[in-house]
Amino acid sequence: MKAITASEVTKKVIHNEELFILDVRNETDFNDWKIEGKNFEYLNVPYFDLLDGVEPILDKIPADKELLVVCAKEGSSVMVAEMLEEAGRDASYLAGGMKSWSEHLEPVKVGDLKDGGEMYQFVRIGKGCLSYMVISNGEAAIVDATRMTDVFTDFAAEKNAEIKHVFDTHLHADHISGGRKIAEKTGASYWLPPKDAEEVTFEYSRLEDGNEVMIGSTKISIQAIYSPGHTIGSTSFVVDDQYLLSGDILFIDSIGRPDLAGKAGDWAGDLRETLYKRYKDLSGELVVMPAHFMIIEELNEDGSVSEKLGTLFAENHGLNIEDEGEFRKLVSENLPPQPNAYQEIRETNMGKISPDEEKQREMEIGPNRCAVR
Amino acid sequence: METLKTNSSVDAKGLACPMPIVKTKKAITNLNPGEVLEVLATDKGSKADIQAWAKSSGHQYLGTMEEGEVLKHYIRKAGENEEREAATFEPVASNDDLLKEMDSNDDLVVLDVREPAEYAFGHIPNAISIPFGELEERISELNQDKKIFVVCRTGSRSDMASQVLAEKGFSNVINVVPGMSEWNGPTETKLN
Repeated sequence: MKAITASEVTKKVIHNEELFILDVRNETDFNDWKIEGKNFEYLNVPYFDLLDGVEPILDKIPADKELLVVCAKEGSSVMVAEMLEEAGRDASYLAGGMKSWSEHLEPVKVGDLKDGGEMYQFVRIGKGCLSYMVISNGEAAIVDATRMTDVFTDFAAEKNAEIKHVFDTHLHADHISGGRKIAEKTGASYWLPPKDAEEVTFEYSRLEDGNEVMIGSTKISIQAIYSPGHTIGSTSFVVDDQYLLSGDILFIDSIGRPDLAGKAGDWAGDLRETLYKRYKDLSGELVVMPAHFMIIEELNEDGSVSEKLGTLFAENHGLNIEDEGEFRKLVSENLPPQPNAYQEIRETNMGKISPDEEKQREMEIGPNRCAVR
Repeated sequence: METLKTNSSVDAKGLACPMPIVKTKKAITNLNPGEVLEVLATDKGSKADIQAWAKSSGHQYLGTMEEGEVLKHYIRKAGENEEREAATFEPVASNDDLLKEMDSNDDLVVLDVREPAEYAFGHIPNAISIPFGELEERISELNQDKKIFVVCRTGSRSDMASQVLAEKGFSNVINVVPGMSEWNGPTETKLN
């Protein structure tokens, strides 16, 4: 019986491999959130229904497919995988369970910068969060870092780059930001849009429309564009005249939801203005890189998540609603459930509360749910 | 916080999933139907899992109390035929009958004969708690002159309790059917 890491499962997702997943968490948790893959098959039987043996489910598990047992934190999947092995099946378990799945970040290079620098996307495959690192001439900037800060600092160190600037496009409600921690650790500046930061309890640099920040000694500008709608402070970046980091405003197959600070009605108009005017005025050649993906179909072949702005204006339903009333309705009615613990997550990102790591994990469990489709 | 009286207790503190449920399942086989088990655990996931497990195995999940880091879960072992046993005691009142009576009569007594842990997680305000198993020895705590409505979860323990009371000379006793399983009137809890 062997352990398979979240990183290995991520590769299977990206390469569209086949996998049979026996998820032994309880049904509610499974239905809420699971490992998604285009060619994955699933069977959900809670571990507590298998304590007397796995015989009743053996005929539901194909013998010719790779079998992975998954649970919340690993313990139950080890037990069930052992029982399956005793019954003559080859079974592996997910090391660290869904906890590790939720925390795994897969760095993917998404492009080169004009002067030879590089742009990386960090795909948080289990939760759908996307972070970015711009590296040029020994310096790095990070956008929308997650709380697994070691991944970013280690990666920068590996690239011999000093982290100079850390940005959050907005005050996140679905995951805990690692921005402040990275800035404290490295001495980098931590930038936040002031309109989202009115209640924060710490010092930050004011991220405002038109700010330009240089990374490295060469000309790589990160240009901030005020683009409210998901939150009142939401800010996008154009990097190197090539990439549009759209935060939670525009995704590949959906658009941002304006209700996570309780203001769907007020912010729907801002969201429309940002998408249908400010973004419309930008070059269609810009490659959009959002802060999230929602469904596995949004992944490109290399595991990255991006698309040209012009293509999104042609294909993304949320950018093609002529009628303003209809648009307002889409973004303020029948919204999906709000992310798990989103109020506590916002307060953590404001510095108002400081839950321990275990609690932070628990708050972030589940999908991100920042979009409307 | 007070300790709830239970028939047995399992200590699964510090143990990760699946151990809290493995130990619970083992311990409950040693209980008699209707008895209550306390499970102490620190694994946060145990709360959702123990509820789901109880549902799939037919036992009755009573509730969970949090005491610092420790979660205290309470489960009552499924009773054999408890649900099906016909109520034979007369007179019988429905839940609605009792609600109406509570509105108009503030001198009535509600006697709750479920286990203390069941009572703790939700009971009719001011109900007196005497578990059925202790009724005979504690019968002197009750006033014979009062009108007594006897409740349990489904009406069967209260049926037997009503018969005991009648045998002991109580003349104004009414069994409430079905009782707390479908109660939608006011409740209070004994917790915190």
